[in-house]
Amino acid sequence: MAVSTAAPHAVTEEERTSTGLNHRMVLMWTFLGSECMFFASLIANFQVQRGRSLNGPYPDELINIPFTSVSTFSLLMSSLMMVLALAAIQRGDVKGLRIWLLATAFLGSLFLGGQVYEFTGFVQHGLKLSTNLFGASFFVLTGFHGTHVTIGVIWLMSLYFAAKRGRIQQRDSLSVELAGLYWHFVDIVWIAIFTIVYLLKV
Amino acid sequence: MATLIRPMAQPVVTALPRPHAETGLWSWITTVDHKRIGILYGSTAFILFILGGIEALIMRMQLATPNGQVVDADTFNQLFTMHGTTMIFLVVMPLSVAFFNYIVPLQIGARDVAFPRLNALSYWVFLFGAIFINLGWIIGQAPDAGWFAYANLTERPYALGLNTDFWVLGLQILGVASILGSLNFFVTIVNLRAPGMRFMRMPVFVWMTLVTNVLMLLAFPVITVALTLLLFDRFFFTHFFVPSGGGDPQLWVHLFWIFGHPEVYILILPAMGMVSQILPTFSRKPLFGHAFVVYSGIAIAFLSFGVWAHHMFAQGLGPTADAAFSFSTMLIAVPTGVKIFNWIGTMHGGQLRFKTSMLFAIGFIAMFIIGGLSGVMHSSPPADLQQNNTYFIVAHFHYVLFGGALMGIFGGIYYWFPKATGRMPNEGLGKLHFWLTMLGMNLTFFPMHWTGLDGMPRRIYTYPANMGWDFWNMVDTVGAFTIALSVLVFIYNMMRSLRHGEIAGNDPWDGRTLEWSIPSPPPHYNFAQIPVVTSLDDWWHKKYGGHGEAATHGAPVHAPMAGASEDDGHDGHAEAHPHMPDPSYWPIIMAAGMFFLALGLLFLPTVPVGTYIICAFGFALFVTAMYGWCFEPVNSPTVADAAAGHGMAGGH
Repeated sequence: MAVSTAAPHAVTEEERTSTGLNHRMVLMWTFLGSECMFFASLIANFQVQRGRSLNGPYPDELINIPFTSVSTFSLLMSSLMMVLALAAIQRGDVKGLRIWLLATAFLGSLFLGGQVYEFTGFVQHGLKLSTNLFGASFFVLTGFHGTHVTIGVIWLMSLYFAAKRGRIQQRDSLSVELAGLYWHFVDIVWIAIFTIVYLLKV
Repeated sequence: MATLIRPMAQPVVTALPRPHAETGLWSWITTVDHKRIGILYGSTAFILFILGGIEALIMRMQLATPNGQVVDADTFNQLFTMHGTTMIFLVVMPLSVAFFNYIVPLQIGARDVAFPRLNALSYWVFLFGAIFINLGWIIGQAPDAGWFAYANLTERPYALGLNTDFWVLGLQILGVASILGSLNFFVTIVNLRAPGMRFMRMPVFVWMTLVTNVLMLLAFPVITVALTLLLFDRFFFTHFFVPSGGGDPQLWVHLFWIFGHPEVYILILPAMGMVSQILPTFSRKPLFGHAFVVYSGIAIAFLSFGVWAHHMFAQGLGPTADAAFSFSTMLIAVPTGVKIFNWIGTMHGGQLRFKTSMLFAIGFIAMFIIGGLSGVMHSSPPADLQQNNTYFIVAHFHYVLFGGALMGIFGGIYYWFPKATGRMPNEGLGKLHFWLTMLGMNLTFFPMHWTGLDGMPRRIYTYPANMGWDFWNMVDTVGAFTIALSVLVFIYNMMRSLRHGEIAGNDPWDGRTLEWSIPSPPPHYNFAQIPVVTSLDDWWHKKYGGHGEAATHGAPVHAPMAGASEDDGHDGHAEAHPHMPDPSYWPIIMAAGMFFLALGLLFLPTVPVGTYIICAFGFALFVTAMYGWCFEPVNSPTVADAAAGHGMAGGH
């Protein structure tokens, strides 16, 4: 947050805010707070439905922890790329911004590809939305997370093309920072989901 | 301005020319002005209030006599479901939001909300959601599972029509509107306060708006998830709430009330804020214990997330849960009681003026005490088991929501009517309205306590003659029509005062807060100069000098305060006509996209092709609007030049 207050241009009257933080920055943090309750409810639903499936396939038969660990690793690394993208534009390096944005989007897409592969495998093993409560709560929870990642990738690519047209300069670093906040949030939510859905056996 | 209006090589979106109408229908459709959006919210909600009222009157006609023949059971189910859903989501909430829109920026000394176009989007999404959820009436399949729609009444074998689909999808749309609106108002209050307006100098109405919006931000995602799970149950054959598939109908009840109880406070806290503005003005005293009222509001909001299971005492949660939630429910009565004492303390020893809005504020306190006390009665599980699902509950929440929220809102309407219209409301008609409302609501709802304790269940469409409920049910119906009469008086008063009311002037009530320092109705930009706030009830202190509870030394009387806004090189001329955000088409197009997305889903079980076509159309509208919005500058230079006739060429 501190970096946004150190914007390189003078603050005009229209941009003066009571807290010194940009409106869009406060909006994004508030939105993410609201999103916490969204994912908390979905995770709570998953936990409530745990072990209530009346028929298989059951989680133990399907979940492949090594495979998902790899896609988790790629999502976590994408957060690092995102940090580098923001750092690049904050020092005015538009080319660096484009490289790191592309890397972030690529790693995010890799994660999504892993999810598509995983979902396909589950369906081939007979697990659909309507099969049992594990299928229903698993697909709804990870599906909504995947949707968030997809929106994030679209956002990052929109930024990439905007940067390519020269429409993102050093003074626009806030636009990148907001996308970054969203991206890190989606990443952190995945850490919770990965732990609860894949690693915990209770 | 230079940083806001980025020089662009060429306009990115040329499909729609930037709207610039200042009057007429188009100016309302494309407006981003918080005052106009407030009026749109208020008038839409009032029309829906009449609709919900007609639904109530039909129910009262049916129940006036035993073995009523006015409507059949199915229609009655739709009537009570839509009456509840309408009054909560389409009337009390948007009426409060109308006040957030109109009053909050004025009270914090801002020229608009933080995100004007987002604000317009909230309204249009709300309007489309309201239309969507009422579409069911057209095909005779309005929602019919009650406003809290307990599973399995909403599941496929028991709800085969489109009734519940309208409800689920309509509420999802309305939820989007609420979340967007509350994000906007949270940022506005946190970030757009005038210089010097520290948090503890904010008027209580602003405080209660802030608290309400935090509640909305945290509670609405829960109902979104609950509705989504129900949607999957209905459309994709999952079994989240279906016992035969291992699911748990009680999970719906938990999720619904984790949202639903904060929702109750979302309905009442804004009215509490309005009353906290009205009472000091008409008592000529500062609000007694301002900080206590504020902290009580925060305490209520905090506790409201820990009391949901008191709606579930009859579901067999076990003694531990019952005891815990009984305790937390009794606890939440404490901050509420603190507020009531503070309001009474404000009036004590004041120079009371019994204008209509003051009467409504006092009526609010009296009626809310009755509703609050019957609420404390339910907090005890043994008592609740007796009262659960009877008319006693109906009596309780109508005292809180009609006697509380709506009376507070009526008080707010009379209080801020001169500010919004420039004319005074008629006091004689206003007082007639007040007394008819008091008479009507007590006639309607008080006897429900007795029929409820006599065992009359809620939501029955008829009853036999020998139950001993006949007389009081007839009284209820007479009362309901008295309320209807009072609403007609109110409408007449508003229409008449709008044309023939006395000219109000800036400050007709001798008010205490910033909105009374500017002309009525306020100019487009609200404040020619952003005020500098030096104390609580700043306008009062500027008028009468620094005496009272938060005296400041040497505050100039009546002097327009020089603002921090002067130091950025604006000359006086430019400052008097500040640039405001330009109107935009995108909000209504985006909202229409959401409407068609939901409409398409309705066809999924029967005509999947229809779903794909309508959803594709809705999605196209949505995405077009989103990108159009993103590439549309807040002010397009040409429009600003044409509208203001100066400005951009001035070089700043």
